[in-house]
Amino acid sequence: MQVLMHTFQSIGHYSLQKMQGLGLAVLMLKRTLLTKPHPKLFHLFIAQMYHIGILSLPIIMTSGLFIGMVLSLQGYYALVDYAAEESLGSLVAHSLLRELGPVVAALVFTGRAGSALTAEIGLMQSTEQISSMEMMAVSPFKRIIAPRLIAGIIALPLLTLIFNVIAIWGGYLIGVSWLGVDGGAFWSVMQNSVGFSADVMNGMIKSVVFAFIITWVALFNGFHVVPNPQGISRATTKSVVTASLLVLGMDFLLTVFMFGG
Amino acid sequence: MSTTHITINNLKFSRQQNLIFDNLDMKFERGKITVVLGPSGIGKTTLLKLIGGQVPVDQGEVIFNDVSIHECSEKVLYETRKKMGMLFQSGALFNDLNVFENVAFPLREHTKIDEKLLSTIVLMKLQAVGLRGAKDLYPSQLSGGMARRIALARAIALDPEVILYDEPFTGQDPISMNVLLKLIKQLNETLGITSVIVSHDVNEVLSIADNVYVLAENKIIAQGSVEEVLAEKDNALLQQFLAGAVQGPIPFHMPADDYQADLKKVNK
Repeated sequence: MQVLMHTFQSIGHYSLQKMQGLGLAVLMLKRTLLTKPHPKLFHLFIAQMYHIGILSLPIIMTSGLFIGMVLSLQGYYALVDYAAEESLGSLVAHSLLRELGPVVAALVFTGRAGSALTAEIGLMQSTEQISSMEMMAVSPFKRIIAPRLIAGIIALPLLTLIFNVIAIWGGYLIGVSWLGVDGGAFWSVMQNSVGFSADVMNGMIKSVVFAFIITWVALFNGFHVVPNPQGISRATTKSVVTASLLVLGMDFLLTVFMFGG
Repeated sequence: MSTTHITINNLKFSRQQNLIFDNLDMKFERGKITVVLGPSGIGKTTLLKLIGGQVPVDQGEVIFNDVSIHECSEKVLYETRKKMGMLFQSGALFNDLNVFENVAFPLREHTKIDEKLLSTIVLMKLQAVGLRGAKDLYPSQLSGGMARRIALARAIALDPEVILYDEPFTGQDPISMNVLLKLIKQLNETLGITSVIVSHDVNEVLSIADNVYVLAENKIIAQGSVEEVLAEKDNALLQQFLAGAVQGPIPFHMPADDYQADLKKVNK
């Protein structure tokens, strides 16, 4: 009986903690979104675009290239048995634009930029930099959180576009230059089958949603960190794990919503 | 204008299950240096955070210039904080800004003064703490003591009405400590800044204090002018703390199970 009570207590405690965390995350978001944009803060946004976006470019481009090459290679071996290798361009483009592009770019972004955001904000919190900012009557939501949130939401869709372009080029290199698929067929089949709103735009919408989730999770975990080295390390791991799982779950929901009907 | 700058009424505060303050009443007089003394872990830093409205109270209120810090709107709280400067124990300088930009930060945020005047003010504040020569350094290149002096320059950048000092003398060499003592006294005398200092350095702070509060066991054990507090010879708690005596009513050890019983458990 006591074990059962203890189990119920633990479940209740865990649920309350999670609900409290969600409440705090929503409050943080509300306070961030309510901050008035100010021209003086534009340079902070540009700085974050550099840290979050530009510095993520090498890993996004490299992973895009390899994903495109692997996709093309595997696609070719599957299609060649049915003499349908000329549809390789369509297969590569559809897989990338609808699913792999937004999801893989989001996961790479989580590991590269999300973890860095959590660690940075966590360190600022544990060294009382955020407290001192508050005591100087400067809102950390306006000065620290908002520029990073906006930069994240803008950077990831742009990175996803670059990821897609590089990946399709990687697919072309393998399919056409190496395996000998006809280049004209590769591009024309792709052009005929890919729809701008159905494929490109839906992929971009996914990317914006993922960007919002990753940046929000990363900033929240950093802002509410336990202020010690172990706390920062845990928050960083938690950020990457939570954001990755949310991206995968949300991808399923969005796919059902966009392509399910 | 009331002679009391900050009033704490019937304040109760606990962290998790631990009661930190219970029915705390304090008054910080305008233009005076008030020192809050007490053993480690008594909640002195928390007291400053409560005054700054960074930590919510369980009960009671903190009044700053007729503004109830924990009941006012966020806008009023931020306006009130512009009149406060706080020197954090760690310095809390922004790592991504150099010393000059750290001190310039509150000026850039809250004033529209031109760059020439801003630079002049920043250099004057840095000169006051003796670190004008470090203006181009980054916080990672500073010692702990230097970082705290830069943080002081930043805290006085907007010429606040009140400065809250959290252990300002920790890690300072004797020369820097005396310079800081002189600076705090000067700020108080020339600009009429109200100073609240929490510290362990009994002799140093008492040399410049006007009023003193001594905290122990979740409550105030002595209060008044320096002379009044020093005259309380019958107050065993106070005398032990002031003398730094090992034996006395303030325990060095945290409450725990019987020592021998604990050791026996290990050897079983």
